[in-house]
Amino acid sequence: MSDQKDLLRAPFELAYNYKRSSGPLMSKFFDALADQKILGTKSSTGKVYAPAAEFDPETHESLSDLVEVGPGGVIESFSWIEEPKHHHLIKNPFAFALIKLDGADTSMLHMVTECDEADLKIGSRVTANWSATMENRITDIEFFTLEK
Amino acid sequence: MSEEEKKDYAESPINLEYHYTAGSATTRFLNQVKEGKIVGQSCPKCSAVYVPPRGSCPRCGVATNIEVPLTDKGCIESFTIVHIPIPGNPIVPPYVCAMIRLDGANISFLHLIQGIDVEEIRIGMRIQAVWKPKDEWTHSLENIKWFTPIDEPDVDVATLRFQES
Repeated sequence: MSDQKDLLRAPFELAYNYKRSSGPLMSKFFDALADQKILGTKSSTGKVYAPAAEFDPETHESLSDLVEVGPGGVIESFSWIEEPKHHHLIKNPFAFALIKLDGADTSMLHMVTECDEADLKIGSRVTANWSATMENRITDIEFFTLEK
Repeated sequence: MSEEEKKDYAESPINLEYHYTAGSATTRFLNQVKEGKIVGQSCPKCSAVYVPPRGSCPRCGVATNIEVPLTDKGCIESFTIVHIPIPGNPIVPPYVCAMIRLDGANISFLHLIQGIDVEEIRIGMRIQAVWKPKDEWTHSLENIKWFTPIDEPDVDVATLRFQES
């Protein structure tokens, strides 16, 4: 019988280069990011979902009324990452945060950085910082920072 | 169609990095594979031979502690002809993935079949491993490049059914 220390162990990497079809509505959301605009969708009840949603989870109606939200917003909840791992997009300490953008009734998950953990509070105002390279992805917003 | 080609998709790569720990049965198996040997493990209760071994007999629930050296010859138990290319896969379709039943084994494992027109492939066909050069051998069944048909009569398919002992 082998000892535990003699067991074979090897690193593996599983990778798929998916291309995700965004669909007619979400394509507009991603296109708008390239113009540094964040879009939400407005329901017949007046509720604004941001990021844009294709359907209203409450009324189940199909949504198509796009409205611009942000780029500022309020932190609703956050989780501080003191030591980012290699797969994190930000190498300095940062927070994953739920951000309720101005004009929206729902919150969006993104990152907040260039601050200390103690600077962050639920209710802190943040604003979007745009990436230098636009790829029609949510990462076109590089991160959020505290409003000066 | 607009002249300006519109990008209607988002790049969405998925990447998973992990460590695989082989466990003692697979470690013993792969250490032999590195030497160019295929060694199955046999159940002390029902005598079924497992290759690659997982360390226990799923029927009897006992450790398969008897090592059984096997040949690199066997037959095709089942196969699929792959016509659709997978991005990043260096193998050009059409190619054949087959469940390989080595002589003396009670279970099969997945490997490639090459060296024959895909239309000729059939269940029961006799095959043998084609090994990479010895200096390229690692702890992997990829030491076998593929299996290729050999000039021996087909195996009776009925004998491939699991034999109750």
